[in-house]
Amino acid sequence: MNLKTTLLGHTYQFRDLKEIMAKANEEKAGDQLAGIAAENAKERMAAKWVLSELTLEQIRENPLLPPEQDEISRVIEEDLNKKIYAEIRHWSVAELREYLLSSTTGADEIRRVSRGLTSEMIAAVSKVMSNLDLIQAAAKIEVITHCNISIGQKGVLAGRAQPNHPADDVNGIRASLFEALSYGIGDAVIGINPVIDTADSVKAIMNMTKDVINRFQIPTQNCVLAHITTQMRAIRQGGHADLVFQSIAGTEAGNRAFGIDLALLEEADALAHSEGTGAGPNIWYFETGQGSELSGDAHYGMDQVTLEARCYGLARRFKPFIVNTVVGFIGPEYLYDGKQVTRAGLEDHFMGKLHQLPMGVDVCYTNHMKVDQNDMDNLAVLLGTAGVNFIIGVPMADDCMLNYQSTSYHDIATLRETLGLRPAPAFEKWLEKMGIMSGGRLTAAAGDATLFA
Amino acid sequence: MMKQPIDLQELTDRIMKELQERLPQRESVRQESPHSRESAVPAEAPFLEEAPSPMVPKPQSPEQLEEWCASTPARIGVWRAGTRPLTRAMLKFRCDHAAAVDSVYGEVKRETLEHFGLFSVDTQYGNIENYLKRPDMGRVLTDQGTEKLLAECRRNPQVQIVVSDGLSANAIERNLPDVYPALLDSLQANGLNSGTPFFVKGGRVAVMDHIGELLQPEVLVLLIGERPGLVSSASMSAYMCYRPRKGMMESNRTVLSNIHQGGTPPVEAGAHIGTLLRNMLEQQTSGVKLVI
Repeated sequence: MNLKTTLLGHTYQFRDLKEIMAKANEEKAGDQLAGIAAENAKERMAAKWVLSELTLEQIRENPLLPPEQDEISRVIEEDLNKKIYAEIRHWSVAELREYLLSSTTGADEIRRVSRGLTSEMIAAVSKVMSNLDLIQAAAKIEVITHCNISIGQKGVLAGRAQPNHPADDVNGIRASLFEALSYGIGDAVIGINPVIDTADSVKAIMNMTKDVINRFQIPTQNCVLAHITTQMRAIRQGGHADLVFQSIAGTEAGNRAFGIDLALLEEADALAHSEGTGAGPNIWYFETGQGSELSGDAHYGMDQVTLEARCYGLARRFKPFIVNTVVGFIGPEYLYDGKQVTRAGLEDHFMGKLHQLPMGVDVCYTNHMKVDQNDMDNLAVLLGTAGVNFIIGVPMADDCMLNYQSTSYHDIATLRETLGLRPAPAFEKWLEKMGIMSGGRLTAAAGDATLFA
Repeated sequence: MMKQPIDLQELTDRIMKELQERLPQRESVRQESPHSRESAVPAEAPFLEEAPSPMVPKPQSPEQLEEWCASTPARIGVWRAGTRPLTRAMLKFRCDHAAAVDSVYGEVKRETLEHFGLFSVDTQYGNIENYLKRPDMGRVLTDQGTEKLLAECRRNPQVQIVVSDGLSANAIERNLPDVYPALLDSLQANGLNSGTPFFVKGGRVAVMDHIGELLQPEVLVLLIGERPGLVSSASMSAYMCYRPRKGMMESNRTVLSNIHQGGTPPVEAGAHIGTLLRNMLEQQTSGVKLVI
C-alpha cells in the first residue's frame, strides 16, 4: 500500500490508512479536537491524493478497527456481498468516484455496486468528492421504504412533524402537530422527542399521536424518540408504535455509551415486528450525527466521517424506514461553522444513500455555533436538490424542547413549491381530501391548525 | 437527538421528577403566552407586553386556536405569506437568536464579580473561538490561576462555591443576584460552611475536577451558564459533586439545570442546592448513586 506522495515540492509520508482517512477530510473541528486532522491545506490535499489511488481491496485488507475487536466492524464485514466486491476490488477510490458520477451509471448500477462496498470504502470516496459531486451522485439514488405508506420516491420531499413540548404536555404536542399537518407536514413520521423518559409518559404520547392518526385517517406513521428500552417497555404495556427509534454510533463502545448493543437492537427489532403497529416491512427510525463517538471517547483515532459511515453500516442491517443525520446538534467542537455543517450534511446524505438507506437530514444548529438560519436555508435547498428523503419540521424552526434550531413547517412547504417536489403520494391524496393542498400547492385554507378542531 | 449515556439520563429523570414535585416550574411553562419567549428578559421587553394573539386571519375556530396557542411555547398560529412566515414572526425569531448569540460572546461584568466578592481566574481557553472548539482547555486552570487559588483559598472546605460564565455570561448576570444569596442562606440553614468563593472565566463543567484536586473540598458546587436557547439565553446550571477529583465520571455529578425566570426559579434553586449538598455530605456520594 503506497502511503507516500510528493506534492508541490514536498514529500508526504503517512503512517497508515487511518491517518490518511483522517487527513483527507475537509476541515472539521471534531477531527482537530481529536488531534488527527491535516496540519494544513497542502497536507490535506496530499492525503486526498494518496487515498484516491488506494484500491478498495487495500481499504478492506487494512481494517481501521478489526472485526475481532468491534461488533460494528463485524456487521459491516458480514453484510458485504463478496461476489460483487470481487468484481470491483481492484478499483481505486478515484475509479469508484468516476463510476458513481459516470452518465452511464444509474440508480440500478449504484444499487448493485453498493452491496460490494464497506462503510470505510464509502467514507473514502466521499473524501475525494466535492459538494456538487456528493449532490449529483446522491440524486441518482432512489431509496423507497414502506411502513404504513411509501416515501423516498423521486420527486418526493417528505417532512417529519416534530411537535415537541418542554413538559411533554399532550395537548401542547397535539396543537403543534395540527399546525404541522395544516402545512402539509408529517408524511415521513409524526415523531416526538420526549422530555420524560418513562414508559408511562412515552406510552401516553404514542397513543395520543396514534389516536390523531386514526381519527383523521392520516396515511403516516408515529414514533416517540425515547431510549429504545423505554419504548420497549411502553409497547409491552400497550403503547402503539408504528416505528421504533434509536440513536446509534459507529463503534461498539460508542453504542455502549448510548446504552445499546447489537443484541438489544435485535431484541427490539423482534418486538417491533411482533407487537408494533406499523405495517412494515420497514419499522426502524435511526438517528446519527458526526462527532458522537468522539464525545463518548469511543473513536479509536478514526475521523468523524468514517465513523458516521460505520453508523450506516450498522443501520442497513435493520432495513430502516428512515434514517436521520442530526447534522448540527452536537456543537461547535465537532462542526464549527456553516461551511462545516453544510459539508457534513451533504457527506452524510450521500454516504447513507450509497448504503441504500432512506436518508433524511436534520438541518440544524445550536446557538454556540457560527451558524444562523440562512445557513439552514442554504443547506435545505442543496439537500432538496440532492433528493433527500425528508427533513425536519418544527414550528418556525425553533424547537422549544431541545433548544436548537432546525427547519420549519414553512421551509418544507417552500422547498416543495420552489424545487417542484411533492409530499409522499398517499399523504398528498389525504391533504387534497382535507382541502390543504391542491395540484401540489398549499390552498388558501392551509396554515390554520383549527382545520382539525 | 443524540442521547446521553443512560446513567446520566436516569439522573436527569430523577432530578426532573424531584423538581416537578417541589417547584411550580411546569405550571409556569404552561402559563407563558406563546409569544413571550424571552422569559429571561425582565418586564421592559416590548414583546412581553404585546403577547400577540394568533395571526391566522380567518381560522375555522378562533377560540380553539387561542387555546392551542396557549398550550405550548412553540411558535404556532403564526400564519404565512405564500409559504413563508410573516415578517414579524421571522424577525422575532431572529431577535431571539441574536440574544442567544450575544450571550455566548458576552462577558460577566467586573462590578458583578466585585459585588459578590469573587476574584477571577482563567482556564486555558485562550479566546472565545478556542473555547468553543476545545472544551478540554476549559477544564484546566492556567498556571497563574492555579497559583492564585492556592494563595487565596482556604483548603479542605466543607463546601466550595465556584461561579463560571460557561456558555452564557448573561446567565450569571441575570441569575447570580437571586441564586447566590439564597444559596448562602441555605448553607447556613443546613449547618454547612463554605470556603473562599471565586469566578472561573472560560470554564467547562469538568473544571470542577481540577479545582477539586487543588482545594480538596468535601463538596463543590459550580454555578455555570448553560448553552443558550431561544426561550432563554440566560439559563444557568448548578453542577454538584462529592469530593471532585481528576477523572471523575460524568455520572458522579448531580445537576440542577434550567435555572432562570420561567424555568427553575433562581431563589428556589439556591435554596434547593443547599439541601442537595447536605444529602451528598450525609450519603458521601453524588450523581446517580445519590438518593434524593
